[in-house]
Amino acid sequence: MKIFFLRLYDIWQFTLQFWKEVFLPPYEVKEMFNQFFEVGIRSLAIISLTGFITGVVFTKQSRASLAEFGATSWLPSLMAIALLRALAPLVTALIVAGKVGSNIGAELGSMRVTEQIDAMEVSSTNPFKFLVVTRVLASTFVVPVLAIYMGFVALMGAYLNVYQNEQTGFVLFFQSAFARIGFLDLLMLVVKSAIYGFTIGMTGCFAGYNASQGTVGVGRAANASVVVSMFLIFVEEVIIVSVVNTYK
Amino acid sequence: MKQTGNDTVITLQGVKKGFGTLEVLKGVDLEVHRGENVVVLGRSGSGKSVLIKIIAGLLRPDAGKVIVLGQEVDELDVRQLRELRLKIGFSFQGSALYDGMSVRANLEFPLVRNQRNLSQQEIDQAVRKVLEDVGLSKTIDQMPSELSGGQKKRIGIARTLILHPEIMLYDEPTAGLDPVTSVEINNLINEVQKQYRTSAVIITHDLTCARETGDRLIMLSEGCFLREGSFEAVFDTDDPKVTGFYNYNFISETNERN
Repeated sequence: MKIFFLRLYDIWQFTLQFWKEVFLPPYEVKEMFNQFFEVGIRSLAIISLTGFITGVVFTKQSRASLAEFGATSWLPSLMAIALLRALAPLVTALIVAGKVGSNIGAELGSMRVTEQIDAMEVSSTNPFKFLVVTRVLASTFVVPVLAIYMGFVALMGAYLNVYQNEQTGFVLFFQSAFARIGFLDLLMLVVKSAIYGFTIGMTGCFAGYNASQGTVGVGRAANASVVVSMFLIFVEEVIIVSVVNTYK
Repeated sequence: MKQTGNDTVITLQGVKKGFGTLEVLKGVDLEVHRGENVVVLGRSGSGKSVLIKIIAGLLRPDAGKVIVLGQEVDELDVRQLRELRLKIGFSFQGSALYDGMSVRANLEFPLVRNQRNLSQQEIDQAVRKVLEDVGLSKTIDQMPSELSGGQKKRIGIARTLILHPEIMLYDEPTAGLDPVTSVEINNLINEVQKQYRTSAVIITHDLTCARETGDRLIMLSEGCFLREGSFEAVFDTDDPKVTGFYNYNFISETNERN
C-alpha cells in the first residue's frame, strides 16, 4: 500500500514538473517537430487502414439492425455519430498508445538504463525538457489531428459501403451524416483526443524515464506504457461521456 | 612527470551512501588537487561508480559534504548545479552516446544548449577540433551503432571535452576493451590532462590503467578507503584485500595478453 502511494506521489511530481518545464524557456522546438513527425506521420498508415476498416465493418454490422425497422437511410448519421463521438478518438488513442506509447517507454527506458539520460544531465542540459516535454506535447497535439483524420477516413469507408449497397450519392451521404453532428461533438472529439494524447505521452514518458533494472526494466516500461495508458483512456472515456451527458 | 597543483578542486568529507539496507560508502574522505589525476581502484560493487556520481551531483549522499570547485554540491539549486556541471566532464562506462544521433549531433548536443550564441561555423570548428583531439575525425557522420567500443569511449570523452571542463570523471574507461585499445584510452586520458589541463577522478579496476594514468591511487574496499599513494606504495603491503586484488588483476591481465 505504501509503495502504491509513493508511486502516486512520483506521478504527481512528474506531472507537476511537466507543467513547470513546459512554460519555461529554452524551448526544444527542433526536437518537438521531430516528435510531431514521429507521432503523426509514422502513425498515418496504420490509422488510415484501421479507420477505413472500422467505417466499413461498422456500417455492415449496423445495416442489418436498421433494415429490420426499414431505417437504412439513417446509416450515414448513425455512422457519423458513432465514429465522431466515440470510435475515432478512442480507436486512434488505442492505436497511438500501442504504437507510439510503447516506443516512448522503450526508448526512454533504454536511455535511462544505458545512462544516456544521466549523460544529458551532466552535460548541463535538461533531459526532462528535451525528452519528456517534447514527447508529451507532440502526442497531445497530434492525437486530435489523427482522430479527425481517422474520423474522415472511417466515414469514407462507411460511404463506400453505403454507396455499394444503397447507391447513396456522396453529397447526400455527407449531408445526412453531418445533419446530427453539432459543434459540441466536434469540440469533444478534439478535447477528448487531446486528453488521450496527453495520457499516452505522460504514461510512456513516466514509465521510460523512471525505468530501472536493465533490459528487464526497458521491457517493463514499454509494457506499462501501453497497458496503463489503454486502461486510463477507457477510464477517461467513461468520465468524459458521463460529464458531457450530464451537462448536455 | 605530471604537474600537480596545490589548490583543491574536489573535497569529500565523511561521505556516506546506501541503497536500502546496503551501505555502499561508509564515510569517505577525498581531496583532488588541480591538475591531478586520482585513480580510485576497487572491485566491482565496492562503490566506485557511486562515488563519482555523487561528485557529479547525480546521486545525493546520505551524509557528509561534497565540495566541487569551491561549491557545496548538495546546497546548489538546479540552475547552479547545471552551471557547475559545465565545468565537469563525465565519461560513462558504457559511453552513453545518444543512439538516435550521429557523432556530429552527439558532440553538438551539449554545445548548442549551453552556448546558444555560437554560429554554425563555430560549432563545426569546435566539433572538428575535439574529434581531432581524440583521433576520430573520420567518424563525424557515423552513428554510434557503427562504432567500436574504443571509438565510442573516445567520442564519449570528446563530447565532454567540447565544453572545456576543469574536472574529468572517468567511470571504468578501459572496461570491456582489448589491451591495445586500453593503452590508447590511457594515453588519451593523459593527453587530455596535459592539453585541457584537467583534474580527474578515474574509477577503474584495471591495474594498467591505474598505473599509466594515476598521479595518486586510492584503494576502495567495502565502502572505505584502504590505502592511498603512488602505485608502488598502494601495493606495498601484506593486507590480503590489497594483495588479493593485485594478484587477481595480474593473473587476469596475463591471461588476456596470452
